[in-house]
Amino acid sequence: MYRSHILICGGTGCTASGSASVIAALESEIKAHGLENEVKVVRTGCFGLCAVGPIMIVYPEGCFYSAVKAENIPRIVEEHIIKGRPVKELLYKETVTEDAIKSLNQTDFYNKQKRVALRNCGVINPESIDEYIAYNGYQALAKCLNEYTPQQVIDIVKASGLRGRGGAGFPTGLKWSFAAANKADQKYVCCNADEGDPGAFMDRSVLEGDPHAVLEAMAIAGYAIGASQGYIYIRAEYPIAVERLEIAIKQAREYGLLGKNIFGKGFDFDIEIRLGAGAFVCGEETALMTSIEGKRGEPRPRPPFPALKGLFAKPTILNNVETYANIAQIILNGPEWFASVGTEKSKGTKVFALGGKINNTGLVEVPIGTTLRTVIEEIGGGIPKGKKFKAAQTGGPSGGCIPAEYLDLPIDYESLISIGAMMGSGGLIVMDEDNCMVDIAKFFLEFTVDESCGKCTPCRIGTKRLYEMLDKITKGQGTLEDLDEMEKLCNYIKNNSLCGLGQTAPNPVLSTLRHFRNEYIAHVVDKKCPAGVCKDLLTFVIDPEKCKGCTLCARNCPVNAISGSVKQPHTIDTAKCIKCGTCLDNCKFGAISKK
Amino acid sequence: MKNVEELLAIKERMQYQMGIRNDKNEAGKIVVGMGTVGIAAGAKDVVLAFTENLGKNNIFNIAVIQDGSIGCEKCSPMAEVHMGDAEKVTYVNLTPEKVAKIVAEHIIGGKVVAEYTASAGK
Ligand SMILES: Cc1cc2nc3c(=O)[nH]c(=O)nc-3n(C[C@H](O)[C@H](O)[C@H](O)COP(=O)(O)O)c2cc1C
Ligand code: SF4
Repeated sequence: MYRSHILICGGTGCTASGSASVIAALESEIKAHGLENEVKVVRTGCFGLCAVGPIMIVYPEGCFYSAVKAENIPRIVEEHIIKGRPVKELLYKETVTEDAIKSLNQTDFYNKQKRVALRNCGVINPESIDEYIAYNGYQALAKCLNEYTPQQVIDIVKASGLRGRGGAGFPTGLKWSFAAANKADQKYVCCNADEGDPGAFMDRSVLEGDPHAVLEAMAIAGYAIGASQGYIYIRAEYPIAVERLEIAIKQAREYGLLGKNIFGKGFDFDIEIRLGAGAFVCGEETALMTSIEGKRGEPRPRPPFPALKGLFAKPTILNNVETYANIAQIILNGPEWFASVGTEKSKGTKVFALGGKINNTGLVEVPIGTTLRTVIEEIGGGIPKGKKFKAAQTGGPSGGCIPAEYLDLPIDYESLISIGAMMGSGGLIVMDEDNCMVDIAKFFLEFTVDESCGKCTPCRIGTKRLYEMLDKITKGQGTLEDLDEMEKLCNYIKNNSLCGLGQTAPNPVLSTLRHFRNEYIAHVVDKKCPAGVCKDLLTFVIDPEKCKGCTLCARNCPVNAISGSVKQPHTIDTAKCIKCGTCLDNCKFGAISKK
Repeated sequence: MKNVEELLAIKERMQYQMGIRNDKNEAGKIVVGMGTVGIAAGAKDVVLAFTENLGKNNIFNIAVIQDGSIGCEKCSPMAEVHMGDAEKVTYVNLTPEKVAKIVAEHIIGGKVVAEYTASAGK
């Protein structure tokens, strides 16, 4: 019996900020004090507050240490673990009040969240099936096999109102019922862990923090549709997630929770992992299945839909990692419980990966229908340096932006579509006044041009042309006619591309054109970039009133574009200037500005 | 694993170990004095005895917490037992045997073990 458990995040984010060395230091320090039998060190998955990693929680007090370094460990062990005095200055600031120490769950970041898909992330050791079982793991599978017919399982998932979390939001129960209805000697259950949206990492975090939740849900899906084999398609760039999945599958097989005759009920189900090379298009369902078959991951036309002819031409369902992470909870708590959270047409919670100009970058899970303002200001801790919110981008390269006037809009699948954005997988990139919306659109188009598989022309050539037009505009060579042309081209690509990649690729352009047309007009008519991002449209000038002639800028300019004598106002030769911004950053008198 | 019972058996066994991560500790807490004096007098064994005895009795909603700022030369090892809304009870000069009795009679039985309390000696 341990008297204390110390949980440290071993997810990708905290590992990158050095949690491995903290764990090593902790283990050796505990050994040095002979505490191995009293104190247990647990490497968990992501806690969500990646901005202040590595994160460490000490139980039973529940003290929350943030940004822990290996050199802090001796002090924490000596003071807190041995003498019972939490080291206040190393605790997460918000948790330290005058007379008490708050726990993680009491922080602003956590108490507005509702954790269903992430419930075990940062709570259990993902490499221990026993810890998963301690938190009701595999009980939902047992319940299905013992108490429900496959049809009843499908009815429960339908009644919950769960919709796919991978992007399109298709009702999960309905998808399962299609595959269940098709008779075949073999069917398949697939899990989409490709996570191609550059701003998203919730699927990785679920797999790193709670891999058994996905395995259990896939087995339930297998029972529901009559499949005995599952595949998890995951990108090879997620080594920690892959490793934990491998461990989890091995443990589940050892316990007989995967394999033959599960719970003695005559149901067989097993799961294999397939590694993807990280092409965005391989997240598309038909391309993913082609890739699992060992062929080049290219989309194919639908119909036939996978529910009829999917993997190896057999009835197949494909769901996203986060979708699966909800299933066991729905079975255990009932569909009414799940449906009581969320909005009328979008039930449950959604995980968002907060990134960009926001203080608390990380993962948050909130009831669907929460407003953007709550997510950004209350949970996300607002925008750094007191800058002004401009827009949030959701849905990554397939999505659009939400401008400030919609901050109080409840976020769900429908409301986002109505303003030209989309839920997507849940990447949420916050932008402030320093972001240029044309530049953002160009960034996403560059991504899709790279990722287009090239199979069909509208996408292959169309996105390239679109990118070129954007590039022209950011260089000040665009015209008003170009804006209309661009819109036409966008609609053409949307309507004529074979797969979802091409069909959604123009969204970032259409959405910025819709909400920030003035910014485009400033680029083409005034030849100015209001946010000061597009280099070709900027001029750096020195205000002779403010310039003290300290010569600092002239000495630092990499191309010698600044001249002037000591104690005299300096000037910039705009022909030579490469707009690197060094002078602006260095001037102590605020005499330099970009226009 | 052949049936649900085996699954539930693992769950039960694990809860014994995982209860400590129960953030709420809703039923109460036990604070053991871990100052230098306390440690010298054997406070560590007292902490372990509390965790052991609580776990043995499947009590997972009471936290055993260490505190370096309570304790004295004469009374160590000592512990404060906070149960629900009831006023805290301070036990002094503890040993693992006394702890077992406190868990059985006070924490489970709801009756303060008067002879071990701080006020008993006065
Ligand atoms: C280009 C493209 C990339 C996609 N990438 C992913 C992905 O990385 N992960 C994912 O779950 N779904 C992705 N999807 C959506 C899948 O095709 C599919 O709709 C989804 O996995 C179904 O699961 P769900 O119903 O649980 O959301 C992508 C779709 C397209 C068109
Ligand atoms: S739309 Fe693009 S990604 Fe999809 S098949 Fe066509 S070329 Fe490939």
